This record gives sequence, structure tokens and C-alpha cells, in this order.
Amino acid sequence: MKFLCLGCDEVMAFAERQVPGDGTMAAVFVCGECGREMAMLTNPMETQMVSSLGVKVGGRTVPAQPMEGVRTSLEGGRDDAFVEGEVDSGAAGGRSPGASSGSDGGPPAAAPPPGPVEWSPEAVERLGRVPSFVRGMVKRIYTDYARERSIRVITPEVMDTARSDLGLEGM
Amino acid sequence: MRKFRTYNEVDHSTESELLEQVVEHRARLARRLAGVGTVVAVASGKGGVGKSAVTANLAAVLAQRGHGVGVVDADLNGPSLARMLGVRGQALQDREDGVVPPRGAAGVPVISMELLQGAEDAPLRWRDPGTDTFVWQSTMETTALREFLADVAWGELDYLLVDVPPGTDKIARILELVPDLPAALVVTTPSEMSRSVVARSLRLLADAGVPSVALVANMTDYLCPGCGDRHPLFPGEGAAELAAASGVPIWARVPFDPRLAQETDAGRPWVLEAPDGDVARAFGELADGLEALGEETP
Repeated sequence: MKFLCLGCDEVMAFAERQVPGDGTMAAVFVCGECGREMAMLTNPMETQMVSSLGVKVGGRTVPAQPMEGVRTSLEGGRDDAFVEGEVDSGAAGGRSPGASSGSDGGPPAAAPPPGPVEWSPEAVERLGRVPSFVRGMVKRIYTDYARERSIRVITPEVMDTARSDLGLEGM
Repeated sequence: MRKFRTYNEVDHSTESELLEQVVEHRARLARRLAGVGTVVAVASGKGGVGKSAVTANLAAVLAQRGHGVGVVDADLNGPSLARMLGVRGQALQDREDGVVPPRGAAGVPVISMELLQGAEDAPLRWRDPGTDTFVWQSTMETTALREFLADVAWGELDYLLVDVPPGTDKIARILELVPDLPAALVVTTPSEMSRSVVARSLRLLADAGVPSVALVANMTDYLCPGCGDRHPLFPGEGAAELAAASGVPIWARVPFDPRLAQETDAGRPWVLEAPDGDVARAFGELADGLEALGEETP
């Protein structure tokens, strides 16, 4: 969809997304010509519809995680469905795993710079409260966030900042 | 009256990046499937014809012949392939480059909703906003299926078998995700009811231009334990009539053997338990057909 500023005949550009609660999503658009702002509010069903497509209005703040849609939307996911896997533990296929390719078989993706990231006991305790069905995915997002900012220890405060910076409502 | 331009006439970006993300989903799927030799849909349109058992046993035969084989259980609402390949209850490895599924019978990796749901009797439910669930549930299922295909670290495979649930709309869903689907096996039984439903699926696959389509005639006949003779299980010659009317060949005629269902349901594909039997021979012919496709491909 596009929003047209009728006064300027200009397409309004996306500026901000918020999830204020009650399943509402607010997307703010602004006219680059006159500065007029408008907010599009979606009802819970419309919010879910966008989410079920696996897209985010305004673009993603973190890369799509494997099976993110299923893991964040499935009711009654099995607690022990996922275990943390080693990156070099081999792909599923019976032939060679295609070691030189990126995460989904494509060119190598831009990865956060390497470096050890530790978790404080308080952060580990908080991560432990995340349902195990999505815990690995959430841990990876926080770890990448810390690496990108050369943060060596993830604390609950870092997690709060990351949630705010990345728009990770509910994580 | 005010005259508006059309959506396409207004060509400035909104910067909402929705279209870009949808395009990236498709690109991600294409990159993942680039490592797969042949994606094979195992479909029917009709329920209860034995598609999943055919998928499990065919995967086992192909793996035993040294092929890299993976299985996608696309039946999200009635999954069974994790159980049939003996991995129900096992965990998936969670990795940055994708989810690594457990390997089942004959070393075949399988992704199935059975591996993700907690309770065995839990119906498939998505977190919903409480209203109009039907509007977006189908979209959510398509997203789940896309993730089964694109977010699993399949590596290099010769064959990726996709067990398609009943309903011609489910075949259309696969075609939307894999528009250049190279091959489909359509499972039928000799019954008249099966014939009429499966004919619709064949028509759909033909209209979509799927280059290689073959029939699997399941439960063709059974061996009478009393007299030792073979008898038809259903009246009629549905599979042969389908083949004649559609020009689609029958690659395999799988005899009815209760042990095929019993053992496969218990996680032991029957072709591995009785490799010299009539059932295994039929699945060998099916595998021959797929292997011949590979030889035809330049």
C-alpha cells in the first residue's frame, strides 16, 4: 500500500513502527514535501495478517531467524523441540553440506565481527524464562546485537536496550 | 470527481520494505533449493490413499541406493512422517544457518509439524487475535511450509520429497512455493472415488506445466493368506483408466500388505524390513522412475 499526500501529490514515506498493545500496530508515514504525518493503526487481525506473511512494516531490524514464523506463532510448541546446534556440525543432506555457502545456501552473509560474548548470571536467568521453543533464536539475536556493538557481557540492561533498539516487542 | 493515479503509476518507494521482504523470502527459498537435485511432490488430492507411507518407503529405498534424500511433511494438520521415519520426539538442531532436522530410517532427515508440537493430540493452532482466524490461517500455513523448505539446512540433496496433504488446493500451495516443480508422484487407489478426485490433481499439475508426473497405484491387490492367490482390493481399474485418460504413466503398482502400514506407522518403513518382497519391488520400480529422470536431465 502507498499513502499519498493529497496536498503535495507525494508518496508519504515510512517513518516509525510501534506495537502499543492490544494487538495494534501503528505505522507512521510522513510527507517528505510538507512534513505532514499520519499514523496507520491496524487491528489485531490485520496485525496478525502482516505477521503471518513473515514481513515487518518498515523493514527488519534483525535478520530473519530460521523458522521464525512458526516459532513465534505456533500455539503449544514442544518445549524440547530445539537444541542448540554447532555451526559446523553438518547439514541434513546425505551429500556434502555445501560448506562455502551462506546461511541459506546463498553467498556468505555479512556476519557480526567475531569475539566472545558472555552472559551475566542475571541475563542467563532472564533468558531462561524465555520459552525454550524460541530461546535459541532470541539468544542469537541478543548475541549478534552485543557483537555488533563490541559489548562483551550481556546483562539484563543490555537486553532491555536491545529490545528497545531492535523493536523486539515480546522478547 | 478527483482523479487518482493507479498504484503502479505512483512509483516512489514508501520505504515500508514489504515487497522487498517478500522478494527476499522467495530468493531465500530459491537459494536453499538450489542444493536439491529434484523436488518431488508426493500428492493425491484424495485422503487415505497412503501418500505418507509411499513417501516414507520411497525415501528409504532412495537412501539405501546411496542418494541424498530429505522429506518435508507438508501435512501440517495431520503430520505423520516423523513417526513413520522413527524420529518422533527427537529435537531439531537450532543453528544460525538453518534448522537441522533429525535423521530417521535409512538416515533420511525429515521436517514435520510432529517435531514441533507438544501434545500428540494437539490440533494445529496459531496464536490468533481472536477474530477472523480463517482469514489469515491459510497464510500462516503457507509461511510454515515456506520455512520448512527454506529454513532447514538441507545441504546437498538428490531428492527432496514433499508429502502433500489431501486437497487440490494444497497442491496449488506447493506450486506457488516451488513454481518450477520438476516432478510429482500422484498416489491413487483403484477405487472409483479415488479416480475422480485424483483426475483433478492430474489436471492441476498438467495446467501448471509440471514436466514429470507419474501415477502410483497403491493397494492394487492383496495376497490371500488362505489360498495364496492375488485378489483385487477394490473393484474397478481406476488407476489404469486414469493413466489412459490422462496419458500419465503408472510407475509402480504397490500391492496391499497390512504390514506395510503396521511397520511403517511404527517407524520402520516396510521396504527396509522386507527388502525382497513384492512391496519393496514396487518401490524399487518407483525409485527407478525417479533415477531415470535424473539421467534425462542434462
